[in-house]
Amino acid sequence: MKYESQSVAKLYFIAAIGLFVGQIVFGLVMGLQYVMGDFMFPEIPFNVARMVHTNLLIVWLLFGFMGAAYYLIPEEAETELHSPMLAKLMFWVFLVAGALTILGYLLVPYSTLAEMTGNSLLPTMGREFLEQPTITKIGIVIVALSFLYNVGFTVLKGRKTVITLVLLIGLAGLAIFFLFSFYNPDNLVKDKYYWWFVVHLWVEGVWELIMASILAFVLIKTTGVDREIIEKWLYIIIAMALITGLIGTGHHFFWIGAPEYWLWWGSIFSALEPIPFFMMTVFAFNMVNKRRINHPNQPAVLWALGTAVMAFLGAGVWGFMHTLAPVNYYTHGTQITAAHGHMAFYGAYVMIVLAIISYAMPLLRGRKACNSAASQVAEMWSFWLMTISMVFITLFLTGAGILQVYLQRFSDEPMSFMVVQDKIELFYWMREGAGVVFLIGLLLYVYSFFIGGEERTVEEKV
Amino acid sequence: MSEVFTKSMARNIFYGGSVFFFLLLLALTFQTHEAWPERDNHENLTDTVRHGKELWEVNNCVGCHSLLGEGAYFAPELGNVYQRYGNSTDAIKAFIMSRPKEGIPGRRSMPQFNFDDEELEAIAQFLKYASGINTNDWPPNIQG
Repeated sequence: MKYESQSVAKLYFIAAIGLFVGQIVFGLVMGLQYVMGDFMFPEIPFNVARMVHTNLLIVWLLFGFMGAAYYLIPEEAETELHSPMLAKLMFWVFLVAGALTILGYLLVPYSTLAEMTGNSLLPTMGREFLEQPTITKIGIVIVALSFLYNVGFTVLKGRKTVITLVLLIGLAGLAIFFLFSFYNPDNLVKDKYYWWFVVHLWVEGVWELIMASILAFVLIKTTGVDREIIEKWLYIIIAMALITGLIGTGHHFFWIGAPEYWLWWGSIFSALEPIPFFMMTVFAFNMVNKRRINHPNQPAVLWALGTAVMAFLGAGVWGFMHTLAPVNYYTHGTQITAAHGHMAFYGAYVMIVLAIISYAMPLLRGRKACNSAASQVAEMWSFWLMTISMVFITLFLTGAGILQVYLQRFSDEPMSFMVVQDKIELFYWMREGAGVVFLIGLLLYVYSFFIGGEERTVEEKV
Repeated sequence: MSEVFTKSMARNIFYGGSVFFFLLLLALTFQTHEAWPERDNHENLTDTVRHGKELWEVNNCVGCHSLLGEGAYFAPELGNVYQRYGNSTDAIKAFIMSRPKEGIPGRRSMPQFNFDDEELEAIAQFLKYASGINTNDWPPNIQG
């Protein structure tokens, strides 16, 4: 750690990991509800568990992104953070607002929460992933603006690098597109259309800028490759992300009341969306092959390579699989979508946050370069446990999805939804089993932070 | 990448490409607005339907169901439930009313929301309105 103020990142990373554990626990609850329909009913119905699962994911990834920014921006800008105090204050504001929201989901019926928080004054609740009460959404905007002000002024007074610029564009885009969550027209078609301006333009747009810039930072630090080369890659990757991803939004407009020409625009451009992810994979492996140093923090390199590969598989390959309109006609809103969602989020966003945590946390804890050998081994085991179990979760959901599509939509005598759900139960059980392995991997990951011992030696030249 | 392709070229592709395709997205969005009156069933967007959408939202129906394929995949698609239930809002209302408070042992079950008659009518009318949207013939069949 080169600058004292980078230490605020530690709070953000700890909170991120804590909420990650909560997310997975509720994921297992939902997985069980898929096969034991009355599990925890009516105390925690499926929709509540799902809100907790998805909202915790979003919140902990945001904690991770902010922590990443607070860590890497002072180092890139070569100056102390504009206001460490503000960063700490906003951490607590965000954590308390997030915790109260989750408790609200769990403790009172959702309609009561809507009433308590005055949803009728500005109705924004009850839409997928945007279930937060309106006041929580306003809180998110305040936290995001304070954060952008803080890191923005840090960059302004310091060195401006491509990495900080791209990260700032991504984070500013994140804040701007979130504003569409306040637009909830009565017209269902318009509501759905603009809902995607938050959801798609986040995860298939500006978040890719955030991911690519964090990846570039970790690769510069762990491979010692010349910054000029890395920055050129970064530009071309994010260019492809936005060139394909902006019009690629159209693959969500096929069946929600938008005109037919979106079938063409959406299919063609979203079919190109795997390109930036493929480039990220080539980029990461190329940089590691051309490394000038052997960095002693092996898990950080593993996460960096892993995020590139898994993002390509989850977002790229699994996304392409059902993005063409004639295919999507049958797969839209089935377990195929769930399969893609799980691997894409894990590969692209969970793993990039774990990559920066893996790189930064030992330094934030006052170590020279990395954790002890024993701790690193445990962390790498957790990498493989989580990654392989996520591959299986995805495969099992894909199996469930293919059967669901066939039985419910494709065969000559389509069966009803619930009948089909019973028939594909086996796949849900196997998914739950893979989920348990994921949790074991995650607990091992948490445990790896508590393994002490002697640090490995510092970096050496290749 | 070779030296022929420089960093400033990559930067220009990023800025130029992003701005161009963002403007194209805006243009297509404008065109989409023009096309909507023919497709979005707005003529049936009554005050009852508006209330139904509000109830749909504050009870987080999308947390289990999908609507036009979007939402959760735990419970049936509702974009065509009106047709599936024989073009009958009464059948939809009867189903919602009939849900047991304590669920069904071992099975998935929709919660009992204790809606009054006016609320039931609003939700049913909202689902009827949704079923009238031109979705390019989605879903493939009545099962949703």
